[in-house]
This record gives sequence, C-alpha cells and structure tokens, in this order.
Amino acid sequence: MSAKSMSTESMSAKGSSSVTVNLKVNNKAVTETCAANTTLDELLREQLGLSGTHIGCDTSQCGSCTVHFDGRAVKACTLLVAQCEGAEITTIEGLGTADNLHPMQAAFRECHGLQCGFCTPGMIMAAVDLVHQEETLDEQKIRKGLEGNICRCTGYHNIVRAVATAAKKMRN
Amino acid sequence: MYNFNYHRPTSIDEAVKQYDEAEDGQYLAGGHTLIPTMKQRLSAPTDLIDLSGIKAMQGITRSDDGAEKMLQIGALARHEEVASSPIVKSMVPVLSALAGGIGDAQVRNRGTLGGSVANCDPAADYPAAVLGLNAQLVTNRRSLDAEQFFMGMFETALDEGELLTSVHFPRPEAAAYVKFPNPASRYALVGLLVAKTNDGVRVAVTGAAPAVFRAAAMEAALTDDFSVSALDSILLPAGDMNSDMHASAEYRAHLCTVMAQRAVAAIVAQDQARARQVTSEVTSESTS
Amino acid sequence: MVEQTIGKSVQRKEDLRFITGKGRYTDDINLPGQAYAVFVRSAVAHAKIKSIDSSEAESFPGVRAVLTGGQVADDGLGSLPCGWMLHSKDGSEMKQPPHPVMAADKVRYVGEPLAMVIAETRKIAKDAAELVAVDYEELPATAMVNQAQEGAQIHAEAPHNICYEWELGDQEATEAAIASAAHVTRYSLVNNRLIPNAMEPRAALADYNPGSDELTLYTTSQNPHLARLILTAFVQLAPEHKLRIIAPDVGGGFGSKIFVYSEETALAWAAKKLGMAIKWTAERSESFLADAHGRDHVTEAELALDGTGHFLALRVKTTANMGAYLSTFASAVPTYLYGTLLAGQYKTPNIYVEVDAVFTNTAPVDAYRGAGRPEATYVLERIVNLAAVELNIDPVELRRRNLIQPGDFPYQTPVALEYDTGDYEASLNKALERAGYADFSSRQEEARSRGKLRGIGVSCYIEACGLAPSRMAGSLGAGVGLWESGEVRVNPTGSVTVLTGTHSHGQGHETTFAQLVASKFGISVDDVEVVHGDTGKLDFGLGTYGSRSLAVGGSALSKAADKVIEKGYKIAAHLLETERDKIDFDDGEFRVRDSNQSKTFQEIAFAAYVPHDYPSEELEPGLSEKAFYDPVNFTYPAGTHICEVEIDPETGKVEVVRFTVVDDFGTIINPMIVEGQVHGGVAQGLGQALLENCVYDEAGQLQTGSYMDYAMPRADDLPAFSVDTTVTPCTHNPVGAKGCGEAGTIGSPPAVINAITQALGIRDISMPATPEKVWRALGAGRAHV
Repeated sequence: MSAKSMSTESMSAKGSSSVTVNLKVNNKAVTETCAANTTLDELLREQLGLSGTHIGCDTSQCGSCTVHFDGRAVKACTLLVAQCEGAEITTIEGLGTADNLHPMQAAFRECHGLQCGFCTPGMIMAAVDLVHQEETLDEQKIRKGLEGNICRCTGYHNIVRAVATAAKKMRN
Repeated sequence: MYNFNYHRPTSIDEAVKQYDEAEDGQYLAGGHTLIPTMKQRLSAPTDLIDLSGIKAMQGITRSDDGAEKMLQIGALARHEEVASSPIVKSMVPVLSALAGGIGDAQVRNRGTLGGSVANCDPAADYPAAVLGLNAQLVTNRRSLDAEQFFMGMFETALDEGELLTSVHFPRPEAAAYVKFPNPASRYALVGLLVAKTNDGVRVAVTGAAPAVFRAAAMEAALTDDFSVSALDSILLPAGDMNSDMHASAEYRAHLCTVMAQRAVAAIVAQDQARARQVTSEVTSESTS
Repeated sequence: MVEQTIGKSVQRKEDLRFITGKGRYTDDINLPGQAYAVFVRSAVAHAKIKSIDSSEAESFPGVRAVLTGGQVADDGLGSLPCGWMLHSKDGSEMKQPPHPVMAADKVRYVGEPLAMVIAETRKIAKDAAELVAVDYEELPATAMVNQAQEGAQIHAEAPHNICYEWELGDQEATEAAIASAAHVTRYSLVNNRLIPNAMEPRAALADYNPGSDELTLYTTSQNPHLARLILTAFVQLAPEHKLRIIAPDVGGGFGSKIFVYSEETALAWAAKKLGMAIKWTAERSESFLADAHGRDHVTEAELALDGTGHFLALRVKTTANMGAYLSTFASAVPTYLYGTLLAGQYKTPNIYVEVDAVFTNTAPVDAYRGAGRPEATYVLERIVNLAAVELNIDPVELRRRNLIQPGDFPYQTPVALEYDTGDYEASLNKALERAGYADFSSRQEEARSRGKLRGIGVSCYIEACGLAPSRMAGSLGAGVGLWESGEVRVNPTGSVTVLTGTHSHGQGHETTFAQLVASKFGISVDDVEVVHGDTGKLDFGLGTYGSRSLAVGGSALSKAADKVIEKGYKIAAHLLETERDKIDFDDGEFRVRDSNQSKTFQEIAFAAYVPHDYPSEELEPGLSEKAFYDPVNFTYPAGTHICEVEIDPETGKVEVVRFTVVDDFGTIINPMIVEGQVHGGVAQGLGQALLENCVYDEAGQLQTGSYMDYAMPRADDLPAFSVDTTVTPCTHNPVGAKGCGEAGTIGSPPAVINAITQALGIRDISMPATPEKVWRALGAGRAHV
C-alpha cells in the first residue's frame, strides 16, 4: 500500500480529490473546500474552530464526536465532508449557549451528568436526538439509547438521570 | 485515510460507469463500515462513488410481485428508516425490529441496508433477514436469490462493479430475530432469524460462522413441530463455527440453539396473541 | 450572610464550559505555524533494530523532519526514570534498565515509539510515517506474566526478567500460624490486565522560543510539576525554570496520565531541537498500545483461621507484570500500594506477602485507578468469602467476627500501616440494610421462578489514600516528597484566586476547593476561582493520584486560608482600633467582640492592597498566603460494597441488578461530586469483573486493540447505584477528608465475583466473568461435549 499525497485538482468528470461543499453549521451557511478524505469532525474542529466536538476513538464506537445531521445524531468521525452537501449540521456549540442552555445541557449540570467533560458534548447530542425520537422514555430505554456513547467517568448513573430530567422539560 | 477521487452520481448507470472507469473504485452507501476501514488504512480505493444521490435506490414500497405482495426496500434505506417505516412494520415487522437493533442510534441513522448486505460482515444482522426471509437481491444486472448471494466472509455473488440496488422481502407468516451481542463491539456474537414462510420454516444464522447460513437441522425439527422444545436436542456443529477470544465455537453453537428457541418462543407468543385478537374480534362482533 | 456550602451539593463551576463545548483540552489548543508529529511504532514485541531508513519519508512533500531514537541518544537525553526504588529480599536494588525516550537499538513491546515524523499536517505526517522502513532482527517474545521468568531475557540488566523480589511481614510467624491452624483456605487467582481508557486520548503541544530559551509543553497530565521535575532532573530536556508545563482541561486520567511518557517527552525535545511548535494527539489505537496498562497479577494466597472463625494468618505470593519498562510509579504499585493493604478491615495478626515483579514484552504497567489496592482487596475479599463457604459460616458473619472495632484505633497492622480511625461495622450494617440483605432469599426465590439464578456478594475494603507522608514515602524508596502546596490570593475587591498543585481531570476541584475556601472566608463560591495545572502559574505541586487531592491539597489550602484569616485579624484590629484577641471572624466579618463594630472580609482585602491606614510597621501589604502540607499519615477510607446479580443460565449472561455502596470518606465537602466519584469507580470495577480484559497473544501482539474487542462498560451494562456514607473524620488533616476517587474501583470487583459464585454455587470464576465462562461454570459446556 503506498502513501498518497493530498492534491487539489479541480473538479472533473473523473471525480475530484478535493471537494467544495455547501452546508449549514449551527444555522450558518458554510462553503468549504477540502480534500475529499476530510471527515466532518476534522472540518468542524480544524477548519471551523468548533472544538466542542471531540474525537475519542478511531473505530466509530465511542460517540464523543456525535453531532446532528439534519436533526439526527450521527458520528462526525464517520462522515465525509463530501457527504454533507446541503446538510444542516448542529454541534454542541449550536445547541445552546452559556446564558441560554438547552434543557439537556442544563440537566447534565443539574444532575452531575459529567465529570471530565470529554464525552459530554457527544453524549448530550445523542441524548437530545433520543428524546426527540422516543415518545416515552424509561431508564432502560435511556440506557439502551445511549449505547453508542462511552463515558469512562460517571458510570452513567447521573447521565441517565439527566436525560430523564431533560426529557420532561423538553416535552413541557 | 488516504485520499481518493470523490464522485456523486445521480443515476445507477452513471455510478456503474464511474466505477468501471476508476482504477480501484468503491461504492459508498452509509459508509459505516467503509469509512472506518479506510481510516485504519485497511482499504485504499482510488475512487469513492457516493450513491446517496441516486433516487432509484431509495425508498420503501409495497409491490405486487406476481401473486405475492413484496416489500421492496431500496439499497440506500437507512437502518432507522427501515426500523420506523410503517410499511415495514405492517408487512415484515421482524425486519423493523432487526433494523432497530443494529449498531447504535448514530449508526442506524447513517448505515444502509444495501451497504450492510453487500459488505457481508459475518456478524452483521441484515444477512440473517435476507436469507431467513428468502429475499430477492436486485442489482443493476440481475436478480439473485438469497441462497446464491452470500458466499463467505465479506464475500458475495456481486461481480466487480455490480451494484445492489434493492432488496425484496416476501411477507412471512411469522418471524422473529434474536441476537446475543458481542459485549465489546455489539455486533452479533450469534443472531438467529426464524421464519414461517410460504415455503416452510427457515432458520438463518449470523455471527456464528464465516458467513450467514441456514440451519437445516433446526428447520427440519421445526417443520415437524414448531415449538421451543423441538430444538432441545439440536446442536449445530461447532466445527463450522467461528472461535475467537469473545466466544468459542462450542459456545456459539450452544447460543444458536438458545437464540433459536427464543425466536421460536417469540413467534409462538405472536401467534397466540394474534389468535387471541381474532377470538376477541369474533367475540366482540358476535356480542355487538 | 453568604450560604455555607460545606457538605452541600453545589453545582459544578466547571460544567458550564463543558456542556457548551467550550472546554479547552490539549488538542483544542493551536499555535501559529504548528507542525504535527506522528510516531513510528514497533510492529513487533521484541527485536533488535538493525536499521531505520527514513530517507523516503524525509523527502515526502510537507515533511519537516524525521527524528529517530538514535538521535535522541546522540543528543544525550536521559532515560525515563521510575520514581520509586524498591529493594529485593536480599537487600539488592531493583533492576531499573534504561527506558529510552524512543527506542534506538532494541524494541521491547508492540507500539514502542522508535521514530517520529514531523510534517505540515497530520495527514502528511501519517502518510510519511508509513514510509519509514524499519529492519528488525526479531527475538523471541516473552508476553505472559506467568512465563516471564523462563522466557527470553528482555533486558541485559534483569536475568530471568526479574525486576525485584520483594517481601513484607513476618514470614516465620505467618508460616507457623498457617501450619498449626484449624483451617486453611487456599486460593489461586489472576487479576486481569486492564487498559485505562480515559476518553480523551493523550495529546501534547510543544513550543520553543529560541529568543527566551523557553520550552512550553501543553499536555494531558495529572501532575505537570512532577513531569517538569522528571524532564528536567532525569531526562535533562531543559532547565527547570525554562520549562513550562501546562495541563489544561484533561479528559479523564484514572492514573494513566500521571506518568511521563515517551511521546510527550520526544515532542518537547523535537520542538526545541527544530525550533518550532509541534502537536501530537494519540489515536485511540495508540492509546491501547502505549498508555500504561493496569493490574496483571498472578497470585496464590492462604488464609488460616482458628476453630471459631478468627483469622490467624494470611500469606500471599504474587507475580506482578511490569511490562517492558518500568513506568514512573510502576514499582510501588504491587508493593507499597498492595502488600500494605492486605490486612483490610480485619484483625489478622500475621501477614506475609512476597511480590516478584517481572518484565514482559508488553506495554508498561503502572497505576490505574486504585493501583494495587483493588488487587489487594480482591485477594482478601475473595479468600475471606471462600473461607466462609468452606466453614459454612455466613460471609457477613465471618467478616463481622474479624473486623477491627472502633475501640482498636489507632490500629497497627502487621503490614506497616497504622489506621487512624474508622467504624467498619457501621458501614457494613448500613450497606446490609440498604441492600436488603436480609430479604435476599425472597428475591432469589422470585428470580428462580423466572428461571434466573440470583446471587449476592459482599466486599469490605480499605484503602490507604492521601499520598503521602514524605518521610514515610522517602524511607520506602520514593524519589520525591508527596506533600502538596496551596496558595490563596485574595484580590483587592475581596474575590479570591486559589492555586493548587493538585490537578482536576474530572473530579470537580474547581468547585470543591472553592467551597472549602469560600467557607473559610464566608464568601460566595462564585467569588473563588481555582487555578491548577500550570507550572508557570503556581508553586511546585505533586498532582492528583491516590485519592490525595482534597486530603493533601485541600489541607494545604485550608492552612493557607487560615494564614490569610490570621493576617486579616491583624489588619482588622488596626482598623477597628482594638486588639487582635478581641476580634471574632465569622460569616465573612471581623467583629469586635461585644460591640457592633466590624469590617467585612472585602474591606480588609481592600485595606491590605490600599494600605493608607495600615499597620505598616508590623505587616506587609497584600493579602496572599501560601502553605505546604505534608501529611503525617495516610488516610484510610473504607466501606462496604454489596452486589446482587441475576444470571441467565441459558446464556451465562450476568446482570448486575443491584449495587449498594456505603463508604466512609471522612468529612465530605460536596456529596454530589463524591457520589459521582463512587459511581464512576464502581463502573470501572464492574468493568473489570464482567467485561474488560487486555489480551496479548504469545507473540506479544495486542489482541484487544480497539473498542471492537476491548469491552468498555456502556450505559446498558450497568445498573443504577445505591450510594451512601458514614463519617469518621480523618484525625490528622485539617479538612478531615480521606479521599474518594478510587474507592469504587477498589471495593467492587470482589463483590461481583462473590455474588456470581454464590449464585452458581461454585468456588471461583476468573475475571472478567464473561457469559461463556459462566455458562461453562454451570456445566452446560460439558453437557454438549
């Protein structure tokens, strides 16, 4: 297997090793040109400076990089930027701000649903989608629904409480 | 991940042409196997042909296929789409349940039926449904029986460049899928799909061996007597099964029996519930 | 009056930035013009490096440099040291072979760094790293701990791969007691190897300014000062005053970020050598290969009892895996943090422990949450349980018979420690009640009716925390003191900046320490800011590990705050024209006793910085005090864990259905944070007992190198936890705190295994108790053969 360097050929019928993609990130229109092998997490962190989306593994297992793609939770490490043409991406920075927290963010703080904070943005984004998708949530559904996110600090006990608390608020 | 040329065709023909012209092309559906593999540099295609713009490969419909109504699912249908589709729920509810248990929520929001089936991972869930429900696999060139399709570990009957475009599922009388997940990856350590179909009882096993297979001994036993106890003495040969640090072949063989029994129990319960429903409908009609 | 917050679950000050994506972890920091490093790692477990050809990589477009282990050696960089000298039984020093920053002549584990590629982008560096051609002369690998002494020799300095053969306790008395005992329980066990897996992979960003000769290293460290000391004094990377180490937000550590590793060191060296900023961020696969692993013991133990079920003696023989090199604290973990804990909560008069530490061709093994104490607790709480079964005594009753009683303190154990205080039976009783222990059989019956096997297991743990009294540590071979520093800077407006030498990577120090200091001054928690993790900002500190931060670091802050108050009294006395002894300080006010005259804390602060009316002859202006605190003893948190499991006999799957913990952590500042620490600790303990296992094959290749194969506990693997406390304050530190970070991991594994073995009616099952192992234990495997 030989290494191949990046190049910035222009778009042609033969496809292109660089892509220009139009998407919305946190409600702002973004047009970015990047190498075709750029993943969404790299775009967010390195080109857009949105460092709240974290990278915790390289096998699409840990969920630290979870963002919303057209409103649904996805792992940004497993999406090419090229696949995001026309997409609306929401990251933790777009969910709520310090003076206007999303109920899920508030509940994580209130219930001590985080410790080191590294898995937290992905966990919150996954949890928001979970609440949107499930009409009713109990402890078991929450635990199952967060299967795609690993936390090493909390033992999940307080994360589960936080999601249940936020779900009530989000539905009111 | 090495770089590659990115293509986004809008038709099947265009996609196939781009594949054929590429030095070492790969079709990209949901990308949830391919992208991690490329990130680990275990796969290095020169060209990625992103199928997501091809309308003809999308959608979930009910089609009349001769005398039989078939559930027709575009290869690009995402797991979540299959899991939540009212058509799937009404026609082949087992498929909806199976799709709702693949990977995790984020994976289900991106991964596709076609990607999973064409990849033929020995521990993937969908192949059990395709084989167990006797689905037809439609490509840009032909239609294949499930029996013909799965050849081995990561190996299918698809020719170079041949593109799986949709999968057609006949409606089973009843079916259930039960898996025992690998505690680390959450893939199926073993997964058993048991179905009562037009052409008899079918049992498909995933996770246990290099590729999905039908358990003939179980099918025969269940044909004679569709009950949990019919499988009590049936143990699939461990010699054909995978053995790794997560589970020995012997344990996988044992789990196959347990999971099959649970699937049968689920079907029996469904049958009973349906019977009760019919009875109560009849009763309510007669009393009203 | 400001609300008093000690003992209250104040919401965490640090959370707002984390929940909004504004945390600042090492990989989030970027410097203009920075380059990126990727390490070339050994693909084999044991080999001579015949040659490294980096020419193709060097000429790859965008590559700035390729540096090898040979260049590290040429530059005279020192070896990465182990900070704790152990002596063998025969008095000889442990074997401490050189631990090169990057391998030059020989590689000794898969993943060992041997070269680094520095390039304009991560991707270029990664592409070019593949072009570095390493020619190995492979040697036989010694990967398994139980074969280490017969295996191929890894270091010239260490025949039979033995690092040391250590002992503690009275061998003769112990053996005599065992020989004459009414009953002896014997137990052989493996304590499974684990990979810590903090969710933030290790990362570093090094920057060098040739104009000032300053070298700055941002890194994922639990103890930046210690890292600086080691890099300066041992590795000779840079003079201490020219090296600044910053550990910003750190995403979990659990011990794995205590150590001074090759990659961070090489990065700092390269930045200085090349005069540029360079960043490295581990991919998870690198974390699996090259973070220090934990546990990995093989042990045989004997517990002797008299005819009435009282413990007479415990003898333990352990082989502990050090991995390929001695990591920073590796030698102390299976000795001073293990052998000394074998008395547990019991009055066992005779204890003798031997530990052989061995090298293998695997990643270095060092402290992982609990560090030695989980291993000790596992030996003890399993063998006590086995003894109870063998003697047909209820396991709780057997424990109760042997517990150290409140009247026995201070209690000198036969393995060096002197416990200061505790009430073990109180925790046990409270846990039994919370767990519904008395009603277990009805739940067991009910489970049986559903075809499930239900079991209950108890574990009573003790730990030695608050590392550590420096004199004691020094006499045991530690290379550093283990005190802590604290500084309390009162700003002119009365807000307070607190600096601590400890480090928080999830434990909530910004809140707990703020509560501690705010309560001293009677000010709001919001008016206290905690600063840590930057050698450029604060005095020397020893960092965070061994559940020491509040017990030692908090004590230093408490002392510093007392000094501030003492100075405040003098200023107030001057301003209020009275004597110091006539003033009381309470609720943030200095009041003249029996009068209505007072000055607020803020007024005193202002006067100290604007000293127009000030006792300048006696006092310096300003209001900022430092303190160093060196504990006089360890602290001894203790408690009881009770696990209840339900087993599916058809599949062997174990479900933890209840988990109850009652701990005595002494004084608690923030119960919410303490409970969170217990939850997380228990989760890691349940992970060890049921899921996690680091596996190398015989060739030394890591088989569990990703989350696809290394089973991490996920939300649906775990139950909700029932957590409570009892309190006997620590007698010898000013806070009364004992530490809570590791207890969950220490107490839980034996409780789980005790529950499983009870449910199955079997003697033993090894960790992790996977479904297949349980199924085989049920005899189902044999039925099918």
